[in-house]
Amino acid sequence: MDETLHTEGEGFHTEDMTISMGPQHPSTHGVLRFVVKTDGEVMREAIPDVGYLHRSIEKIGEKVTWHGYVPYTDRADYLAAMFANQGFCMAAEKLAGIEVARRGEFCRVIACELNRIASHLIAVGTFGQDIGAITPFIHALRERETINDLMEEICGARLTYNYIRIGGVGYDITPGTCDRITQFLDHFEPIVDEYNRLLSYNKIFIERLAHVTPITREDAFQYNIVGPNLRACGLKWDIRRDIPYSVYPELEFNIPVGTGEKGTLGDCYDRYMVRMEEMQESCKILRQCLKTLPKGPAIAKVARKFKPPAGEVYIRIESARGDMGFYVVSDGSEYPYRVRIRTGSFTAMSIIDKISRGIMVADLVALIASLDVDAPEIDR
Amino acid sequence: MKPLLNSLPETVFTTKVDSLLNWGRASSQWYMLFGLACCAIELMQTGGPRADVDRFGCVPRATPRQSDLMIVAGTLTYKMAKRTKLLYDQMPDPKYVISMGSCSNCGGLFQLAYSVCKGVDKVIPVDVYVPGCPPRPEALTEGLLRIQDKMMRERWLVREPRMAEQPVEA
Amino acid sequence: MEAKEIYGRLEQRFPGKVAGLKDDVLDPFLMVEPQAIVEACRFLRDEPELKFEILSDLTVVDFPKEEKLQVVYHLYSYTFRHPIVLKVDLPREEPRISTLEGVWKAANWFEREAFDLFGVVFEGHGDLRRILLPEDWIGHPLRKDYVEQEEYDGISTERAPLVEKLLR
Repeated sequence: MDETLHTEGEGFHTEDMTISMGPQHPSTHGVLRFVVKTDGEVMREAIPDVGYLHRSIEKIGEKVTWHGYVPYTDRADYLAAMFANQGFCMAAEKLAGIEVARRGEFCRVIACELNRIASHLIAVGTFGQDIGAITPFIHALRERETINDLMEEICGARLTYNYIRIGGVGYDITPGTCDRITQFLDHFEPIVDEYNRLLSYNKIFIERLAHVTPITREDAFQYNIVGPNLRACGLKWDIRRDIPYSVYPELEFNIPVGTGEKGTLGDCYDRYMVRMEEMQESCKILRQCLKTLPKGPAIAKVARKFKPPAGEVYIRIESARGDMGFYVVSDGSEYPYRVRIRTGSFTAMSIIDKISRGIMVADLVALIASLDVDAPEIDR
Repeated sequence: MKPLLNSLPETVFTTKVDSLLNWGRASSQWYMLFGLACCAIELMQTGGPRADVDRFGCVPRATPRQSDLMIVAGTLTYKMAKRTKLLYDQMPDPKYVISMGSCSNCGGLFQLAYSVCKGVDKVIPVDVYVPGCPPRPEALTEGLLRIQDKMMRERWLVREPRMAEQPVEA
Repeated sequence: MEAKEIYGRLEQRFPGKVAGLKDDVLDPFLMVEPQAIVEACRFLRDEPELKFEILSDLTVVDFPKEEKLQVVYHLYSYTFRHPIVLKVDLPREEPRISTLEGVWKAANWFEREAFDLFGVVFEGHGDLRRILLPEDWIGHPLRKDYVEQEEYDGISTERAPLVEKLLR
């Protein structure tokens, strides 16, 4: 903190101001609250206050059956619901030793990667909006509507999918849907360049983001920052490649990392760019999956009264917001004994207190947007 | 002989002041940007390019003091309930509330939860309930049109004869 | 590195403090004595051949039958790509354990959450407040024997009768 900002000793007295930012605030992405202590425009500290969307999803896990819990995992992260579905189902499958139908695995990857694009679209769209560019947000929503249509074809829902079930997926992907996904990809891949022209290399946008709140690798480890935010720090770490699950080992894709091209390594701009590039990588994965979609059943045979043997398991998957962990304990009954969801936004939120000291209030908005925190994921 | 014609139909029409006021209010519903949970994404998409509720004069406002309509989009937790009441109180009259989605209608999926308020109507009065988990943009648009209908039926200048005033109990 | 070797290292360094290894399950875990948890974690983080850089997760599981709360730590090493699970048993009546805040900063919020939902007290924690629930909330809801209050802040917690039946 810069001590010269205080004008003490001149007979002119200033005081720090404490402001409550949120829970209803257009740039907090849901219901987050910050208690901000500022000296004019410069922030002394911003203490996050979370829990406004704590819906006791973990406790509900102990009250509903294994199959019945899948719709609840949707709500644990509504922007990227597929991943939470998949995490829980993988945990249940590992506990019970169920082999997933191979076509089901490919359907999962297709659905997940579409969902990743949709989630990142919201992330970069709202990023632009928070910085002051409304148009990219509208463009992002337009593309997202197309993905929602595809999702509706695949599983019948626009937002909370309940598509991935224990043993496979709920509905098979039809050849017609495959064609429409390909059409979407043909349309979407050039659109990413449009975003780059519209937003990414805009001078004002770069000025607002470069050098703002860089996260060092040590901090990222200490606070357990995961996913795109971790990759923005320059660490090439992606659970899809490094702790492989599903059919990702058979697919080829790059892992975009932050390079500090416009500012410092790990700053807001890097976090933004990683997401833009990840959308393109997802397109690549989708094309490969559509090409090699095997024939066969989409779901393995699983008992209606699903009772995995007693035991516990911890599953890591790469969600749109990074490492999503499902720690599931079973006591051999029809109901899970304990479900714990470890999410990327929760830990990302905890670092804000540290790195927001001494920045401008407007940069806090950029910081929140760049971390892509998501209220339901923080509070669950 | 020519019949008598109204020579001014394109430029003048007559109406009641009430209807004019209501028409004005109904075609400029400014809703508060107040997303709580999953439904907030659908709320965003409703304001987005495809559903485009701007057609009906619905524009998001970031502050309660400029908005006429609160769309409670998502799960209301007990921690948030107090703040929602506060936001509602900050809105200027006349104000309307749409409860969007099962969670804010009755708790929905989260009836089982310990921390979720079982319906926003336990905290603030609600005009229109939109079912769905989450409701599609079309459903929310329908809700907005229902609010418009409600607005158009209201009388401000001439009070309809009321029932005898209830004596206030001491 | 396999769980067995990690166990060997810990046992060698802290004899008698690491109570056991279970590696015939899906995720092998080590039982650690409550007094040794901070030292053990610091060792696991700093030892050049172990290098557990991150605390992936910290959570609690309630076992009312066995009268214990089990704190579960999931660690991971980016360098060597090996995970390990540490478990600590605490008495249900007065669960107390030292904080890991000094080892991994991420523990700060995880521990606040565990305190909020289970009532585990982390000694030495800088800011042990409720995080998800309101400050004036009564009880720790993720415990198995949690009983709901009839109302919170004047709002009744009553449910539809059909749902009451689902609550076991």
